[in-house]
Amino acid sequence: MRDRRHPAYWGFVLHRVSGIGLALFLPLHFWALGHAIQGEAALEGFLRFTDNWAFKTGEWGLVTLLALHLAGGLRVLALEFLGWRARQKDLVALSAGFALGAGLMFLLHAG
Amino acid sequence: MAQLKVRIQRSDGIAEYAVAARENQTVLDVVTEIQREQQPDLAYRFACRVGMCGSCAMEVNGVARWTCRTHVRKVAEDGTLTLRPLANLPVIRDLATDMKPFFDKWARARGQFQPKDAPNGAVPVEFAVVPPSSPKRQEADAGIECIGCGVCYASCDVVSWNPDYLGPAALNRAWTLVNDVRDGGRRERLDAVAGDAGCHSCHSTQGCTERCPKNLDPSSAIAGLKRSIFWGVLAP
Amino acid sequence: MRGQVHLWAAQRITAFVLAAAVFVHLATIMLAVRGGLSAAEIVARLSGAEGWLAFYAVFALAAGIHGAIGMRNIAGEWLGWRGRGFDALWLGIGLVTAAFGIRAAWGLYHA
Repeated sequence: MRDRRHPAYWGFVLHRVSGIGLALFLPLHFWALGHAIQGEAALEGFLRFTDNWAFKTGEWGLVTLLALHLAGGLRVLALEFLGWRARQKDLVALSAGFALGAGLMFLLHAG
Repeated sequence: MAQLKVRIQRSDGIAEYAVAARENQTVLDVVTEIQREQQPDLAYRFACRVGMCGSCAMEVNGVARWTCRTHVRKVAEDGTLTLRPLANLPVIRDLATDMKPFFDKWARARGQFQPKDAPNGAVPVEFAVVPPSSPKRQEADAGIECIGCGVCYASCDVVSWNPDYLGPAALNRAWTLVNDVRDGGRRERLDAVAGDAGCHSCHSTQGCTERCPKNLDPSSAIAGLKRSIFWGVLAP
Repeated sequence: MRGQVHLWAAQRITAFVLAAAVFVHLATIMLAVRGGLSAAEIVARLSGAEGWLAFYAVFALAAGIHGAIGMRNIAGEWLGWRGRGFDALWLGIGLVTAAFGIRAAWGLYHA
């Protein structure tokens, strides 16, 4: 059992899990938007079909995952390209905070 | 006197021992006491006992540590120590691991100094002057105190996922040489540490930096290698 | 080896593109969901807008490539799917995904 009890490791796990989630969602997202090829009515039909609490919850999850993956990715880029070695723990916390904030904002606006 | 419970992963299974819990004792003291008083055929490794040689590392309650500088009272949980051999390395017997794969990777990462002025190994006529305050010297200084204990290697998930991965210590060594202005092997070394078996597989989980007993930062060294190779690819 | 370095470089370059694009995307989502999603609103914003078409084309291309390289790395580590064959497969998946995204953006531009 490797030692995994430190913030940068949690940051890695969140980044990987959110990345897998987003990568699996991406083809669905493009397929759904592809309805627009058949005109505005087809897209509207799809949007009405997804206008319920189950899809709203999913959308909230995706927005949170996207924000999480963005913030976690910026942490990695800061380390790799700017050599920011200090305050990595704070950056992990900041990433989580940013994701929660984005998710909350989505809920407030979608409500 | 209070007792300390010690569980040791031996080659033939977990063995349990009880030793006296003392005010001041290191994990290595405890292993030595068990071997001398209770289990003469217990295999483990140590040499200097003062944190210089890097040979006594083991897994203590799930965390890889240098046992000679680890106090029992700081790591025991409920009066218990669980000791295992370092992860990610073949076990020779009991707590002694075979460090060969670990050091072979230092060689693969071109961890040997390659004098720029004297490719044939001759001693240069003049000393190289490297100002201590120069950025490259400081970057090399940051990683040069590695004692080769293997704690970072055993703490790295990427090593366990990809047995070919060079690992934090070898890459850290390469980075100190990339920053050594006297070294002439930069290009070959950057080639040797590139790709999936090299620095590009690192996910910055920073187990190495978190656990290094010498407080080195292999994670940042690996980031430095990625950066150097990235700009080398874009602007060769 | 050279190919592996290029994959890594491609993932980081797309990461920089995505960092900017995702900020814009998150902000757009927050604005778009106010009062509920509607096809008319989306089409009004995107139809005939070259700027948005270019933005979404670049965004989709970067996302497709970035996601596929990420999945390639994870599959290598967790499933042992390694080698040039898998690399080519993932790159293909990434480009096809991106093509679907660009097709959707094209559809909305002409809607």
